[in-house]
Amino acid sequence: MTWDEITPLLRDATLETLQMTWWSSLFTALGGLLLGVLLVLTDRTGLLPVPPLHQVLGAIVNVGRSLPFIILMVAILPFTRAVTGTTIGTTAAIVPLAVAAIPFYARLVETALREVDPAVIAAARAMGASRRQIVGKVLLREARPGLVAGLTVTVIALIGYSAMAGAIGGGGLGDLAVRYGYQRFETGVMVATVVVLIVLVQLIQMLGDLLARRLTHR
Amino acid sequence: MIQIEKLKKTYRTRGRTVTAVDGVDLHVREGEIFGVLGRSGAGKSTLLRCVNLLERPDSGRVVVDGRDLAALPERRLRAARQRIGMIHQHFGLLTSRTVAGNVAFPLEVMGVPRRERARRVAELLELVGLTEHAKAYPAQISGGQKQRVGIARALAGRPRVLLSDEATSALDPETTASILQLLRDLNRELGLTILLITHEMEVVKRICDSAAIMRAGRLVESGPLSELLTRPGSQLARDLFPLPPAQTRPGATVVDVTFVGDTADRPFISTLARTYSIDVNILGGAVEQIGDRRVGRLRIELPGDPDANAAQLAHLRDAGLTVEVLDAAARPEVVA
Repeated sequence: MTWDEITPLLRDATLETLQMTWWSSLFTALGGLLLGVLLVLTDRTGLLPVPPLHQVLGAIVNVGRSLPFIILMVAILPFTRAVTGTTIGTTAAIVPLAVAAIPFYARLVETALREVDPAVIAAARAMGASRRQIVGKVLLREARPGLVAGLTVTVIALIGYSAMAGAIGGGGLGDLAVRYGYQRFETGVMVATVVVLIVLVQLIQMLGDLLARRLTHR
Repeated sequence: MIQIEKLKKTYRTRGRTVTAVDGVDLHVREGEIFGVLGRSGAGKSTLLRCVNLLERPDSGRVVVDGRDLAALPERRLRAARQRIGMIHQHFGLLTSRTVAGNVAFPLEVMGVPRRERARRVAELLELVGLTEHAKAYPAQISGGQKQRVGIARALAGRPRVLLSDEATSALDPETTASILQLLRDLNRELGLTILLITHEMEVVKRICDSAAIMRAGRLVESGPLSELLTRPGSQLARDLFPLPPAQTRPGATVVDVTFVGDTADRPFISTLARTYSIDVNILGGAVEQIGDRRVGRLRIELPGDPDANAAQLAHLRDAGLTVEVLDAAARPEVVA
């Protein structure tokens, strides 16, 4: 294939990857934060201890993290249809991507929140802060560097997962590499795809590190 | 100001029950600095955290400024906590906020409008001498400065009571002295009642009006400092003035003499020696400044058995001194 033939393919695939990664990352950030906060709050020693709920949430997270992505994607097809109205294409791929990444990020959120100095939480309670204030002004804020670092890891994992979205017609760089680079022995396409992926991951990691560093005042 | 009655708190960890506070009664009067002294694990931290209900006692009552906190619903309890300042051993500052931001935090919690918040923050920083560090982050300032931020933050809600949880234990001696001085000043200028817990005798010695010794969840001694110091057999007096092990021998009387304030300025030993024409041997002693007063303890040896020294002992007592005769059977106390 000539470079002129590769370029439009590469451009479309990159856009699809970005589209899948962006939307799934957005939903993952929201869902993961919510689930992570709930995990910390409902723990036996948390601010709102509900041990049974904590155990149920923990089990759900573990189940979500046990399934290989390719299996999960197929297993939740009915759910994907209910949400997006379709089971194929880029939009349809966003649903399983988010579903797979939310429990992953939730665990990272949980870890980051547990790093917050208990003395700060005690101080906030002693000041008469409500649970909502403690979560918003203390927990989430103090843990920001860790939350950003965790999100960076998650977004990069999502780029990796999105390579498998080709299986349901999601397209993207991974799909391009498989169809042209692997199945048609187009080494040029393979190399180009890999280069774009490497650049993408580097950029995201750099951005994440930069942001995390700016938020750190320790 | 703070009334604690029959307070009890137990913890259950892995099937074992640990009684941290075991029936404590304590009364902190308005405007005084009350120190609870004890080793780690004595339950003093739990006791303090029961005062603003960070820990809920199993039984007993805590009344702060006329309010029984345990009886309040959640919302009212939070409002009451805003009127009780608290400072912590490890400061508990938000690392993500500047010094000014940390002091503003309790004001935000209370819902103080932005403009008034800024004014009040400036005022508080001035009070603790940190105006020029307003924009610094906690990681950029020293331990003593961090504790000053903690104090400014604790005072944001104009509390009448301040709880201090080992506030100087992470600081070096000079910084400790300056923080204690600040607490003393705040106590005098704002009429702030302070309940502090510590394992450092120095803290009690420097700023407390009253003190209690806590051991295994109970208060073993409690009262105004000057009274505790002159109470015979007082553990606090022994801890403040460690004396060498007593060497009692036949034909001699070993006496511990405690003197407070005025009596410390009178030359009672030379008077004693001259009046009775005896040789007084000084075995050990110490004189300390406690608050505004000089307090001292001396261990002296008089010739002759205790029975033969009745007149001499009466002479010392008449001079306003606290006199304890060590009998031969007494074991020297282990100093805490």
